[in-house]
Amino acid sequence: MGVEVRVEGLTKSFGGHPVWADVSLTLPAGEISVLLGPSGTGKSVFLKTLIGLLRPDRGSIWIGDRDLPRLSERDLYEVRRLFGVLFQDGALFGSMNLYDNVAFPLREHTRKSESEVRAIVQEKLDMVGLTGAEDKLPGQISGGMRKRAGLARALVLDPEIVLFDEPDSGLDPVRTAYINQLIIDLNQQTDATFLIVTHDINTARTVPDNIGLLYHKHLAMFGPREMLLSSEEPVVRQFLNALRQGPIGMAEEKDADELEAEAASGVELPPLPPIPPQLQPSDGGQRRAERPAGEWCRDNGVTPPPGSFAGEAVASGRHAADTHDFGRGSVYRSEVGS
Amino acid sequence: MSVGPPPDPKAARAHRGGPVVGYAVEGLRVYGNFFAFCLDALRGLFRRPFQVREFIQQAWFISSVSIMPAALVSIPFGAVIALQLGSLVRQLGAQSFTGAASVLAVIREAGPIVTALIVAGAAGSAICADLGSRKIREELDAMEVLGIDPIQRLVAPRIVASMLVAILLNGLVSVVGVSGGYFFNVVMQGGTPGAYLASFQALGQLPDLISGEIKAAIFGVIAAVVASYKGMTAKGGPKGVGDAVNQSVVITFMLLFAVNFVITAVYFQIVPQKGS
Repeated sequence: MGVEVRVEGLTKSFGGHPVWADVSLTLPAGEISVLLGPSGTGKSVFLKTLIGLLRPDRGSIWIGDRDLPRLSERDLYEVRRLFGVLFQDGALFGSMNLYDNVAFPLREHTRKSESEVRAIVQEKLDMVGLTGAEDKLPGQISGGMRKRAGLARALVLDPEIVLFDEPDSGLDPVRTAYINQLIIDLNQQTDATFLIVTHDINTARTVPDNIGLLYHKHLAMFGPREMLLSSEEPVVRQFLNALRQGPIGMAEEKDADELEAEAASGVELPPLPPIPPQLQPSDGGQRRAERPAGEWCRDNGVTPPPGSFAGEAVASGRHAADTHDFGRGSVYRSEVGS
Repeated sequence: MSVGPPPDPKAARAHRGGPVVGYAVEGLRVYGNFFAFCLDALRGLFRRPFQVREFIQQAWFISSVSIMPAALVSIPFGAVIALQLGSLVRQLGAQSFTGAASVLAVIREAGPIVTALIVAGAAGSAICADLGSRKIREELDAMEVLGIDPIQRLVAPRIVASMLVAILLNGLVSVVGVSGGYFFNVVMQGGTPGAYLASFQALGQLPDLISGEIKAAIFGVIAAVVASYKGMTAKGGPKGVGDAVNQSVVITFMLLFAVNFVITAVYFQIVPQKGS
């Protein structure tokens, strides 16, 4: 079962310049959250602060009753066992083959026999569709495979919290779709708390239960998916719909003149697009954290944009299940078949 | 324990007390970080389990890149001393002391210095490049997240390996250097083999060799610590790794010569010299 992560008033600066200030949010236990933001807003810095690789200037990160920035080194290493992290390029150890990479945390932290290690490693490699590539070195495989191998390594100790640093950067749309499906399925199987840092809009619109947006050195908004996707807030609306019209400019935020000129020219913002249905687990089951489509909108008296949640019956997840095997045998096929 | 950030000129200029104070503070910060790193490394050395496999691999690797250059540098070194002294000593009629001079020069100074240059240039640069590229690829971050301290896991075995190889290398350089001197003195300059060997004890003594080995051990440690620190603080992509390697070699060279001077001075104070 996942663990709740509560961030309070977190502030981080580099050399006197704030990266972001006063970020407060709660990653609900067992749910998938996405952290969005334009390039260079410190999303990766946030991730690294969350696992204690960087020390924040102020603020707390509560995991259970432990405040991560104030832990001793020994306790920090202890708490980190709860985490699994997928780094941008997989961060595999270049001198080890994929098998040893995935087995590494098991050999370091558990007293499992080599045959038990083998079974677990095979299971995880199978899960990410890398069976048969055990003997390859990280330098010999493609970026997508490195990412999947990094994911297998992150999952091998059954973490309670899984962090993804841009799981979709540098992947083609098909592989991105597979990774997204994999994330949903993993959440269903493990019930761990997930945080995905990305700027892929499609991922942000279809995968998570919660969305957060970092912009202009602060957290612009964090909340349930439907809240942000139906939001009229200019920054949120601009980013989630990939528009040019809005406060975010090419370099940084637009200045007042530009915004005024934009307003004066009477740019008509296009209507909010419909909220797409959330990706479903590929075995047709339910995730524990999943909420019925449209529930938040109904509870809060918000009318979702017309056409929202259409096509729920043909959820892409179920469709993907038939072909979901990364080109090799996969656990999902057998699960669907049974 | 992660390593603190390198100096930041932007922060220095933006400091509240003005740029001068800013630069001073940032400069001191670097020394503080390096000192903290040294303490962490020291603690890592005594933490169990010691990474024996990594140590053996590193020791093997460092020897493989340093033995040949060390031998090749020390042959001409011994020869040059023989050549320099040859004609002068003959005019003074003190040919029988060439061996003594050669031993003194090679074992006291050349041995540790050649060892230092080779360890810093070959082993240090390799260590720095290796750790730097791991840092850039986020391998070190991943390792920390997986609950492994990279200093205990990677740095400590490298320090011990570098120290051991430096000690052994110093022995090699001494033997090869003195042999080179012998060859040039006896074969090229027509010196007497017996006189060359017999005069070994005239100026040199056993503590010279011991001090040379101690120097070599310290140089080995310094080279590995500086290279590891520079590698683990590399940033800014592949170019950052290149810069780190460059700086690590330059800093190590300067440190080694300074430390060499200090150790030599101390040595002369505490060990009575022959003929004084």
